[in-house]
Order: sequence, then C-alpha cells, then structure tokens
Amino acid sequence: MIEIVSETRCISCNICVRVCPADVFEAIAGAAPVIARQDACQTCFLCELYCPTDALYVDPNGDGPVAAREAEIEAAGLFGSYARAMGWKRGQPGGADLDPTFHIRRAMGQL
Amino acid sequence: MLADAVTDVLVIGGGPAATWAALEAAAASRRVTLVDKGYVGTSGAAAPTGVGTWFAPTSAERRVAAERRAARSFGLADAEWTFRTLEESAAGLDQLAGWQYPFPHDDRGRLYTPNLRTADYMHFMRKRVRAAGVHVYDHHPALNLIVADGVVCGASGIARESAAPWSIRAAAVVVATGGCVFGERVQGAAGLTGDGYLMAAEAGATLSSMEFIGQYGIVPFKTASNKGLIYTWATFMREDGSTIEDRGEDRQLLVARALADGPVYARFDNVSPELQRQLRDGQPNILLPFDRAGIDPFVQRFPVMLRCEGTVRGVGGIRLSDESCATDVPGLFAAGDAASREKMTGAISGGGGPNSAWSIATGRWAGRSAAAFAARVGSRHETRRGAAIGSARLQPAAIDVVKAEILPLDRNFFRTRRSLERSLAQLDAAWTGLRSTSIVPGIAALHAREAAAMTATARWSYSAALARNESRGIHRRLDAPATDPAQAHPITVSGIDTIRVGSDTTTVRKALAS
Repeated sequence: MIEIVSETRCISCNICVRVCPADVFEAIAGAAPVIARQDACQTCFLCELYCPTDALYVDPNGDGPVAAREAEIEAAGLFGSYARAMGWKRGQPGGADLDPTFHIRRAMGQL
Repeated sequence: MLADAVTDVLVIGGGPAATWAALEAAAASRRVTLVDKGYVGTSGAAAPTGVGTWFAPTSAERRVAAERRAARSFGLADAEWTFRTLEESAAGLDQLAGWQYPFPHDDRGRLYTPNLRTADYMHFMRKRVRAAGVHVYDHHPALNLIVADGVVCGASGIARESAAPWSIRAAAVVVATGGCVFGERVQGAAGLTGDGYLMAAEAGATLSSMEFIGQYGIVPFKTASNKGLIYTWATFMREDGSTIEDRGEDRQLLVARALADGPVYARFDNVSPELQRQLRDGQPNILLPFDRAGIDPFVQRFPVMLRCEGTVRGVGGIRLSDESCATDVPGLFAAGDAASREKMTGAISGGGGPNSAWSIATGRWAGRSAAAFAARVGSRHETRRGAAIGSARLQPAAIDVVKAEILPLDRNFFRTRRSLERSLAQLDAAWTGLRSTSIVPGIAALHAREAAAMTATARWSYSAALARNESRGIHRRLDAPATDPAQAHPITVSGIDTIRVGSDTTTVRKALAS
C-alpha cells in the first residue's frame, strides 16, 4: 500500500491526486498531498511512475499498512526504484521500446 | 460540466476495452464521451501489470490457434468467434504500431507487437483518445443507466471530487467497466466491483458463465502482485522444505490443494542468469516486491498465497448476442472483462494473453456498433425523456459478507452444493438485510452502489454455480467431480432481487470452415 509522500521530495504538483484510480490522496493547499484513504490503495505502484520527483513509496504489502519509515526507504535507495527499472523519467513514460520480454516469451515456447 | 450533457456514444470505463471503444466510435465520426470511475491510464486490471497479448502472425496460424484453444475450452468456446477475436486484436496491434506506440524490436530487428507494457500502453491510449476528440471525464463514476421506452440512452453518476451529480444523454452506451474481484486485494481492484454488471442487469441485460469465478492467482504472501508468468519456473514446497510434486495439473490447483495442509513456499529455480536479467529488465514489477522485501527469489524461498481474480481472469459477464457486442438491451453494448468471455475462453481462465486480445477486439467491435446504432438513432435521443433506473444500494458491511463467502478457497475454489447453498443464503440475507434505508448523499452513494454490485455479482455467481451440477474447468464441484456432456452449454442469469437462471442452449457452436 501507499506508505509515504516525502515532503522533502514533493513539489505539490498533485499529479498523484489526479492519477490514482482509487482516489487515495487528497490535495492540501500549499503543501504536499496527504494519504487520505490508505485502505483504498490497490498497491499498483503506478503513482510512483507518474510522480515527477520520486516522492512516493508504495510497500508491496497489499493487506494493510506497514509503517514504512522515510529515512530507511531513502537510505535503501527505494524512492523511484520502480520508475528507474521501467525507464520512466520525471513522471513520463520511457523504456517500452527496450523491453526484452520477447526473449522470455520465446523461452516459454510462445512466438 | 456534465450537469445535463448530450453525446452520441457514451463509454463507461477507462481500461483497454473502453479506450478502444472510444477510439472506434470517434473514428466513425460520432461525438464520444468517456466517463471513468478512476483515471484513464491507471484504471483497470491491465494498467499495473504488463501483458503478452495472445497473437499469431498470420490468419492461417490464427485459425490453428483458435481451434487449439477451443479444443481445451471444456466445450463452451466457439472457434470461429475466437479466430475473429485474434484477427481483430491483431488489427488493433497493427494500428498501435502505425500510431508509433514504442514497441521494441526483437533480436532480428523486427518490430515485436505481442507484448504490451501496460502502464505505457494505457498512458498512450489516453493520449490517443484525447487527440481523437473524445471528452474524457476521470473520477466520474457512473451509478445508473438512463432508459427510455426500454432503450438505454445515457447514464448518471457523481463526480468524486465535488460529489456533484452528473447525467449525460447518449444514443448508445458501451459498458466497459471491467470485471469483479469481490474486494480481493489484487492490483486493479479499486475499479473492479462489478458496477457494469449491476447497471446492465437493472436495464434487463442477461449475464452468462457467472459460475466461472473460481480463478485464483499466485502471489508472494500478502502482496497484490498476481503476475503469473514467472511461476512457470517455480518449485513449490512445504514448510519442511519437501517439494510439492507437480502432477501435471495447473499450478493454481497444485497450490490450492497444498494450502489446505499448511503454508506453501516457492522459489524460482532453473532460471539462467540471462533470463533473470531479461525478467528484471522486461518485467520489473515481478521482481519489485522481492527487491523491496530484501528477498532473492531465485535463491531463497518465499511464502505464497492465492488471491481470487473473479471475473477478471475468470469468465463471466454481460452476455453478448453476437460480435456486434450488443447486449439483450437496445442501445447497450459491452466489451472487455465486463462482457462474458466464454465464447473465447470456455470454462477456463483466459489469463493475461487471450484476455488482452479480447479487450482489444470487443472494445473495437463495441465502439463501431455503438457508433452505427447512434447513427441510426440520429438526433432523436436528444429530446428523449429517459429516467435513471436501478435502486439497489447496500451498506458497506455487505462487502464483508461478500469477501467471507467468495474469497476463501473452500467456498469458491473447491465447491459443494452444501457450501454454495450456505453461502448463497448469507449473500441473500445481506441483499435484503443490509439495504441502505435512506438516499445516501455524496460519495457514499458510490460506495452503496459498489456494495450492491459486488453482492449482486456474488449472488449471480453462486446461483449459476448451483445450477451447474458437475465440474467443468474452473468450476470445481467436489461433490460432482465429473464433467457431464449434457451440460456443455452456458448458464445464464438475470434479475436483481429475484434471480432467474437459464441455459443458453440457443448458442450454436460453429466449427471452423476449413
């Protein structure tokens, strides 16, 4: 589930408020959005991709909050790690043209 | 903004099927409006995952693939329909390539279109839809269809942010709201509450193959990541480290049986370093949960569980009368997971690949058919005085009942007549006992409709399951383990308070003309 909106990284663009399909975030005037409906989070990690400043952290646990701590996530280099693995930058898509999945599908005997 | 708007084609939903429908309707020069409960680009089951669309490069190979698929559908698929799904989906992928979607090139330098990184795909589809002039309203859940003289002619709902009501009149409506996962914690679940089934059924539409919801995905314990592909290389083991022997059954069945005796673990064995690198680069969301938990799944074992995938990777939905994607109700069309898929998948899961092909094909068909219907209606619908129909609203507590009766393996994955009857009694009691007694204001109206849609979908599913007195595909009856040749036809359900169960014996399964 969504765990952290980093106030040090966030630029209050509110893109996460707009793109979350589960309406998890709430915009706050002049400040970082807050996680207003954590329980509605579907743990899809897509908000991390759309965040232009890698300010969001989603924990893989889909059942409930785990109280992730920002300092630890920062130290582990996990802010933005999914976007980097995908090739998305500053909230914009990238990397699909380099997707090597055709190797995997061929290894499975498909195509 | 949408207080009392008018359009030609209204598309409800925001995933692949919805966006394809909107694009096709716009290409037919109709005014198109799309309303989605979430955000077009992140909505639905597809966006978070990544799919290999079922694909064969030539028509001849598509015929062979369709025949093979139909042969293992447990008698419910139609090879001709399946073939045309593959044809139409391939045309969609070609169109994506023509639009410069960034497909990769394979090692022979050829464009490789069968794999879609869905986050990128849906981001791209959003841009295409907007460029096509479609009016897109994110976070505008539809709650009710508008019907005049038995013809669907619009929808009404609320805007999430303002909680303001909206309504829009349309000459034709496409329901592409996705499937239902009954509150399970899987990716995409936020939108997948069966809303489209409820709205369609209230308008008089029939649903089919709703009993086939016994489909579960393997996930690393407590995660929502139901990515099945990598378990091709998994070894499953018990707590004591002993290997669970693969007896050639499907993996979900293997894991479901073992989970009855205790915890189950998996490890991805025999994955070459090269394949590991390709998985990491090509499917980063598979490895994400492990990386964040500090587990190397190629070396260390990890606990797994099964999560219900309902009609998303199961089968059932709104019955289509033919490839126009028309429903039983004039003016109403259905596509993607909202539509019943048994004509392609039969009694088993379509998994990611066939379902991706289905969403492209049915989305395109529904969009075209709705546009043609709208052209025939002309401007008459603009003055039609329809009324919003459907009054089912339940208290949120009903969702707890649905989860308790649908998600456990010993109720839905493995079934008996007795367990189904007991569960259905609980669901019926929730349906009558947990009604919202007053008109609920604002966003609570959405939650009351979602609770009703999930509960209705659960009731349809178990009503159909009780009528199928045999085992077939992912409908596993412990008390009737054999497959009965006399029941090789779809089961239909309709009705809201009183559920009518029927057999779709009018469905003629055509063999492919050779």
